[in-house]
Amino acid sequence: MGAIASAVVAILLVAAPASQAATPSPTPPPSNQQFQNSISGFLRDDTRAPIEGVKITAKSGAFTGTATSGANGSWSIAVPTQGTYVVELDVSTLPKGIKLAEGQANPRTVTFSQTSNLSVIFAFGKGIVIQQQDFGQNLLNRLVAGLSFGLLLALASVGLSLIFGTTGLTNFAHGEMVTLGAVLVFAFNAMNLPFWLAIILALIGGGLFGWAQDAGLWRPLRRRGTGLVPMMIVSIGLALAVRYIIQFYFGGATQQLPFAQSAEIQIGPVSISPNNLWSLVISAIVIVLIGIVLLKTRLGKATRAVADNPALAAASGIDVDSVIRIVWIVGGVLASLGGILWAYYRPGVTFDMGSQILLLIFAGVTLGGLGTVFGALIGSVIVGIFVELTTVFGLAADLKYVGALFIMIVVLLFRPQGILGRRERVG
Amino acid sequence: MDFGFIFSSATGEIFSPTTAAYALAALGLAVHFGYSGLLNFGQAGFMAVGAYGFAISTLSFGVPFFVGLLIAVVCSVLFALILGIPTLRLRADYLAIVTIASAEIVRYVVTTNQLTGVTGSANGLAAFEGGFYDMNPFPEGSYLGMNNRDFFIRIVGWGLVVVCCVIVWLLMRSPWGRVLKGIREDENAVRSLGKNVYAYKMQALVIGGIVGALAGMVFTLPRGAVQPANYGTELTFFLWTCLLLGGMATVLGPVIGAMIFWVVLSLTQGILYGLIESGAVTWLTTVQAGQLRYILVGIALMLLMIFRPQGVFGNKKELAFA
Repeated sequence: MGAIASAVVAILLVAAPASQAATPSPTPPPSNQQFQNSISGFLRDDTRAPIEGVKITAKSGAFTGTATSGANGSWSIAVPTQGTYVVELDVSTLPKGIKLAEGQANPRTVTFSQTSNLSVIFAFGKGIVIQQQDFGQNLLNRLVAGLSFGLLLALASVGLSLIFGTTGLTNFAHGEMVTLGAVLVFAFNAMNLPFWLAIILALIGGGLFGWAQDAGLWRPLRRRGTGLVPMMIVSIGLALAVRYIIQFYFGGATQQLPFAQSAEIQIGPVSISPNNLWSLVISAIVIVLIGIVLLKTRLGKATRAVADNPALAAASGIDVDSVIRIVWIVGGVLASLGGILWAYYRPGVTFDMGSQILLLIFAGVTLGGLGTVFGALIGSVIVGIFVELTTVFGLAADLKYVGALFIMIVVLLFRPQGILGRRERVG
Repeated sequence: MDFGFIFSSATGEIFSPTTAAYALAALGLAVHFGYSGLLNFGQAGFMAVGAYGFAISTLSFGVPFFVGLLIAVVCSVLFALILGIPTLRLRADYLAIVTIASAEIVRYVVTTNQLTGVTGSANGLAAFEGGFYDMNPFPEGSYLGMNNRDFFIRIVGWGLVVVCCVIVWLLMRSPWGRVLKGIREDENAVRSLGKNVYAYKMQALVIGGIVGALAGMVFTLPRGAVQPANYGTELTFFLWTCLLLGGMATVLGPVIGAMIFWVVLSLTQGILYGLIESGAVTWLTTVQAGQLRYILVGIALMLLMIFRPQGVFGNKKELAFA
């Protein structure tokens, strides 16, 4: 006993000071020493000509960063943390004859929400007055944006829901399948492949990832008769591993896909960015196609049969394993497409962009009814619109996901089977 | 490469306050999942509730240490009740989704700029640990190579781990604990014996949650700061890795699991950094080495679950799932 005690003391003696020196951080360390977050913008006068040499300061607590606008009017200040900053434009450095427009707050307080870059716009010139958007206009714009967001969520949710329906697995790694789509487009684009080819290759990559997951991991586990709860925990391990593998190669910074910047256009009463409009149209078409396939084709009927009762489906001659394989491939392609659209919606590609919306996908699936494909669709659209509309009704932008998650919990309280679910699934 | 330093810093992790916090939080998970079969994926939320409950009551209301502690515990009980009421009657995976969502709600709420005055938003809160260190009975000096503050927090943290372990051990061999294990094995069988399954599950959720809140406080006190970024879903997943490493339906398993987790993390960091600095490995940057460790954590979690779900100490018959 004495020997053990003294050994322990000896270990403590050596260890204690060292442990203070090199305690590994409890959270993933920041990826590089340069700040990843930035506040930026373009300075242009009322004739759209760039304004050069204007000094801008951002302050938060002890941190102060400054930048001077370049020849093209752009300025960018790297900041250590996402938070609230006071941004001030030094009016004395403005060229003669140019003034801030009426109603432009300076200094002004700005806040990051979810993204790592924050744009601040200063309007110049006489006669420019900041438009005060009226409530109805704002509501309509957010409604359309929410629909666009909801449909891209639906793309990811349909895959998750199909997988849950046919195998019973709650797949926590689905967020990483979303991320993969956007990261692959960025990677292929960086190899100077044409944009359309990059998208197609990324979708194929997503499908391959889905297939590889099923063939390499989930099918063997099903063969072993592994329970659903252990499989859920395995999917968490997979999510962690894939997320950091992506970060390993991609880095921690936010990157932009081509054509990510676009000015809003006016369609009737709604102003929307062309990217959001494209996203809306593409996801709507894809979802209609999925609906047709599920309702009209043999494969769709087989899928629904397997989701309903795998044993009975197998007994009536359906190849359950091949249906599940196809579901994983389709789920991977849809998640990739959702990820690409999500990269344009945010905008930006990061290694954790998928896990940011994973819970919203879950919320949509749960809201619609676990395992029902059309429920997942409706649930996701509701979640997307709800997330966007809460900001119109005065909820802070950095709390907009909270509303959706809260609604999911409330729905579970009153209708646990979801909108289209059936009671016997609740268990 | 200085192996002496690498090994000494790895062994130092065994008794660090962070390891104590992980051990406590994983013990709470053992009560939830290992003994009761409740899938709690929101243990980080319980830790955040504990840490913020204590920090806010100390900073905003100036209450003494033990009142702050009490408020943190009460908050975690309320959090458990809010989680449990809608979900404990439903199937296990609903609880998993609701707990992970609730933990994220807590994190979003303490991060929002609307509440900067109370929660400090993304920067968090600091300078609330004075009341704790004022109780330090050890005068300044060197204790086993530590200063009196570090020594005190280790004593308190590990003291708490021992006390909680004993309490959980006593609870689980009591009749109450046997009913709980019965619920884990077959809920309907226990219900048919006239037990109120819902109430037992709720009690287990509350007890594990309180342990989680205490873990949150042990986690935050030595840092002297509480920041929302520390309480993301990754923290919960790391805790699950600790729990599964040690063995989920054991008292000592989570503690040993947390120790192994931190020693291995520290060792791999030390060795990888050493290899990079000595020039033996050139295909890796120190940043990537950090990420490599988390890739390994994820793979370890998968392999554990597939090949040894009972963990190092567990008994395969006592798995919460067949």
